[in-house]
Amino acid sequence: MAAQGRHGGRKSNKMTALVVDDNMVNRTIHHQLLDNLGIENVAVGNGKEAVDIHCSGKAFDLILMDMDMPIMNGIEATRKLREMGIRSMIAGVSTRSMEQEIREFIEAGLDDYQEKPLTVSKLISIIRKIN
Amino acid sequence: MDLFQLQRRLVDYRASLYHEDFLDEQFSQLQDLQDENNPDFVVEVVTLFFEDSERLLNELAKALEQPIIDFKRVDAHVHQFKGSSSSIGAQRVQKACIAFRNYCEEQNVEGCLKCLQQLRHEYSLVKTKLESMFQLEQQILSAGGSIPM
Repeated sequence: MAAQGRHGGRKSNKMTALVVDDNMVNRTIHHQLLDNLGIENVAVGNGKEAVDIHCSGKAFDLILMDMDMPIMNGIEATRKLREMGIRSMIAGVSTRSMEQEIREFIEAGLDDYQEKPLTVSKLISIIRKIN
Repeated sequence: MDLFQLQRRLVDYRASLYHEDFLDEQFSQLQDLQDENNPDFVVEVVTLFFEDSERLLNELAKALEQPIIDFKRVDAHVHQFKGSSSSIGAQRVQKACIAFRNYCEEQNVEGCLKCLQQLRHEYSLVKTKLESMFQLEQQILSAGGSIPM
């Protein structure tokens, strides 16, 4: 499932993911969800940290992006990552239910959007869309 | 109480928590994430939730004590609380947060204060119940039994 050669010199074929969420409880749960599916993952606490980790040279197959975060929210971070040329699958995860807000998030560059809370089946449906 | 009775008691207790809306399906999702590699996952996440919640309740109390209330700040805290309670399946706490946010939007101080009280109440209820449930689980494990699904 992992793209070969995209992340040059990676040792394993394991899929990788980045969890972006300001809530510690959510980060812990999403980390475990991904872990159980055999996906190597890292968690950060806001959009700016997500951008910074990419600037440091890391890349991921999947980014789970929360919408409401301090410093840089999910919409801004998604836009910024796309501007930087990041083509990873970005799945927006949020509790917002207003169409307008969801649309803005999607238009920032999401590949998928799921309503929180994340479950195993929602995560699997996101992963199926990769490749 | 023998092992079988303990296990029976746990099953009934758990069922009552779902029945009374203290917990919802999301809590089952958490239990499903627990396995031999992560035998304490549920307790760990719930403990995190307790710590986070207590911090948020303090922040909320402080924010609502200010001479000029920053409703945006209050709302931000409630939003966090709503997020974490929803993630662990604490349904009644989540519902209390939703009501709270409505009052924030209206900038209604009275309403917010009442909601904070309600939120505290629901939180302390679910905390007590979860702690009782974990205690039962511990008793079963100590007696050499396994936790029934």
